[in-house]
Amino acid sequence: MGEVDVDPIITLIPGIDSGQRHLGFAWGPGDLLTYETQYKSQGAGSVGQACPFVHVVRKDEDIYSPILRKLFNESHYIFVGLQRIKEEVPSKNKKPQFISISKNYRSVIRACMEELQQAAVSTHDTTLATQYGNQVSILLAVELIWNLCEVLFIEAAPAGALLRHLLDWVRLHKADVDEKAQEVLQSESPVQHQAYWDVVVCYVLQGRMEEAAQMLMKQASQQPAARAAYKLMDTLLTKMPVYSPGGTQTQTEFDVRWRQWHQECNRCLEDGSFASYSQLELICRILVGDEDTLLAQRERLSTWYHFLVTRLLYCHPIVKPTELHYYAQASMDMFLDARSGPEPLDSILLAAFEFDIHQVIKDCSIALNNWWFVAHLTDLLDHCKLLQSHNLHFGSNLREFLLLEYASGLFTHHSLWQLAVDYFDHCPEFGRVYLELQIERVPLDTEHKAVKVLRICEQRQMAEQVRSICKIMAKKALRNSRLGSALSWSIRAKDAAFATLISERFLQEYCSHGTFSDLDLIDNLGSAMLLSDRLTFLGKYREFHKLYGEKRFAEGARLLLSLMTAKIAPRNFWMTLLTDALPLLEQKQVIFSAEQTYELMRCLEELTADKAAQDADRPLQEDDIEATKVELLRLALARNLALAIVKEGTIEV
Amino acid sequence: MFVARSIAADHKDLIHDVSYDFHGRRMATCSSDQSVKVWDKTESGEWHCTASWKTHSGSVWRVTWAHPEFGQVLASCSFDRTAAVWEEIVGESNDKQRGQSHWIKRTTLVDSRTSVTDVKFAPKHMGLMLTTCSADGVVRIYEAPDVMNLSQWSLQHEISCKLSCSCISWNPSSSRAHPPMIAVGSDDSSVTYTGKVQIYEYSENTRKEISSSTGPTKFEVQIVAQFDNHNSQVWRVSWNITSTLLASSGDDGCVRLWKANYMDNWKCTGILKGDGSPGNGSSGQPGALGTAGGTLAAASQNSLNGTSVGR
Repeated sequence: MGEVDVDPIITLIPGIDSGQRHLGFAWGPGDLLTYETQYKSQGAGSVGQACPFVHVVRKDEDIYSPILRKLFNESHYIFVGLQRIKEEVPSKNKKPQFISISKNYRSVIRACMEELQQAAVSTHDTTLATQYGNQVSILLAVELIWNLCEVLFIEAAPAGALLRHLLDWVRLHKADVDEKAQEVLQSESPVQHQAYWDVVVCYVLQGRMEEAAQMLMKQASQQPAARAAYKLMDTLLTKMPVYSPGGTQTQTEFDVRWRQWHQECNRCLEDGSFASYSQLELICRILVGDEDTLLAQRERLSTWYHFLVTRLLYCHPIVKPTELHYYAQASMDMFLDARSGPEPLDSILLAAFEFDIHQVIKDCSIALNNWWFVAHLTDLLDHCKLLQSHNLHFGSNLREFLLLEYASGLFTHHSLWQLAVDYFDHCPEFGRVYLELQIERVPLDTEHKAVKVLRICEQRQMAEQVRSICKIMAKKALRNSRLGSALSWSIRAKDAAFATLISERFLQEYCSHGTFSDLDLIDNLGSAMLLSDRLTFLGKYREFHKLYGEKRFAEGARLLLSLMTAKIAPRNFWMTLLTDALPLLEQKQVIFSAEQTYELMRCLEELTADKAAQDADRPLQEDDIEATKVELLRLALARNLALAIVKEGTIEV
Repeated sequence: MFVARSIAADHKDLIHDVSYDFHGRRMATCSSDQSVKVWDKTESGEWHCTASWKTHSGSVWRVTWAHPEFGQVLASCSFDRTAAVWEEIVGESNDKQRGQSHWIKRTTLVDSRTSVTDVKFAPKHMGLMLTTCSADGVVRIYEAPDVMNLSQWSLQHEISCKLSCSCISWNPSSSRAHPPMIAVGSDDSSVTYTGKVQIYEYSENTRKEISSSTGPTKFEVQIVAQFDNHNSQVWRVSWNITSTLLASSGDDGCVRLWKANYMDNWKCTGILKGDGSPGNGSSGQPGALGTAGGTLAAASQNSLNGTSVGR
């Protein structure tokens, strides 16, 4: 398989003189930045004014076209359905399913084409109209190729049935004859319409005998003198044997009948039955498959593959698949101008007639700048197990290669990236790696989007990506002082260190403002509290506040104490906690037991001992306030102790 | 390929580096005018300059973003023999309204005695680490042990490459299968007998970087493909995000793109070059499917060359 060496495409960057300066670049997730510079291995690098532009360079991507987006969305749906077809069922039983899927893909292409066509007609913008027009042409070609591939590779009809399918194929893509027929029939006098014979001959060229015969009848009724000739033609047309697979006749029987018919047509020509009617004579020549006549119909045939199929119809109706490529090559040579070489489309179709699937795929990859077509077609062919019968070396890898390319292209789009995920899922070798690399680049503009990305990662056990995304969101929230959001993201990231940091910030906020923000979050931490010590403290401290609010003083007191004795509370917060204990100590009833009061005293002593050690650094003013607090506490504690001892020592009578 | 957008960078001198952030939403540019500019992309795809400030006292060679897990952090390096780390500060509300943000310097790394030619952050799984390389051939690796405090960096390793260094690149792989690796490139024209690319690997035993370069090495170096299309000095190469496309810049003023097909055959799939016109460039054309697809249209007369390959 020869490698067609195509020259690399040159993209021009405006405003830069490559002769004078260098072109620098930097990669981004979806595109490339280029800028003018001058690379020198030494020196200070200053040259004064230069081209001040940075250019964003991107692949020609159709993913930004709103109409094509439907194509991507709907084909994604079909793709996923195809992947889910069970492996156990043997391939030949799945054939009808594959054919149906292929038809689905094609109808999606057609729907898109129609929409583009309408848009092209209705828009006032000429550049846009041209663009749409081009896209329509491409989709037409794509559908043509796909259809042929479906007929030859998936349907894989044997001799006899093959021709019927090829005829359908040609008819589908030469629909203008129907338009013309409509026009003719709706005119005042159809037989005198200038396109009348056009229509009749085109019908014959397409093997649409019944319709041709009906058209001719109109002529016949107008010319009573020629009735005999028209009757004869009618007979020839309607009596042409049509092979029906699964019918009662064998190929041999059909062959015999066909030859008889063929001879009859010849006889008509020879004994001049149509001599006075040039058009009928022309039709008869077509019926006998006269090459020169067919070639002369170049304009009506318009393509070499139409020529090919018509030739086969009238010369070799039970052509075998293996014989196709001889006729195809010959037809192409005969039909096309010697001076211009074949167009890419022609080469692709020829490769298909030669049953060279790989060549088809390769040529399509080169000719199209979007991987959509080759990726989906190759995937379907791979499911039909058609790629493996060819060079095994890269059978399934080819499918994966193309799918990866296609999906990677989708990833740069702000919403289509979600489709890409499913494609990666069905690439067993490299899909996961590609997904991991690309999903972390999806910009996390909103919480909603971040959650969407996370869900995808979580479903696939991409633990590192989950952690990373949560961390990025937490960091962003912290920068914008949204502590609650930052905390919940840290918890989700299971990032203990960051959770500690944010808890500290909450506590600092409490110290300075006397209230907590984001109470909802802190109140409902649940087991997440255990992520970090500081977080646990935050949760429990808030719990204390709640208990106090609900006047469950005894419980609150116990909790408060435990925060210090179990060393959950950071030392620098103890003063605050002890100060919180004051109102409890000053209640009418005794809340802290003697035991607890001793504990509190011990905590206070521990704290003051510490403070004494740092005495030198303390400015005088703070000392006063601190000292007063400590005094107050000591007093309250002592009083409480007294009351508690009395209470506990009293025996209720 | 096509030019989707042109951004007037407004630097007063040559631009030496541009860098996308991790998500492709922000961009930093640096120049011989000693400043760095930061650009933000709006929803509609327009770029606005949200910060522009003098960063060094010499040409700024490179600018690079840290991973967003560490916040909004940039590093720059310069001819003035220093590298610096910058952090974005969430500004006052009126600043936000004007679309401006502030970047403050967290640290200056002054260990180098010559121009610092490249600065790169290590892969995030290694923590917050920064590497610089200098014209005198020394590669330095710094670490910020507390990722919340960007003013404290300690010099962890110093590697003498014996060749003037021009660029460094970390192995991005976070696999445990092998230790961290860093590649150092040189454009030293004074020596021709030795390789210009050195690869260093971190050895746990000796706890320092050991060279396993082009001398007797435990790495097997295989040339997968070789091209001389540039026909001149190639001074930068870089892989895209998925490592499927390689781009190279050369003295011929072009950027070439290289890609392998499914049979692992490498070839040049695209060339970017200036259109020769000096001065103000701004692109006109956003067209997508148009040209390249025309080859397939049955009725088209387009030739294969120049319109077909679109990658």
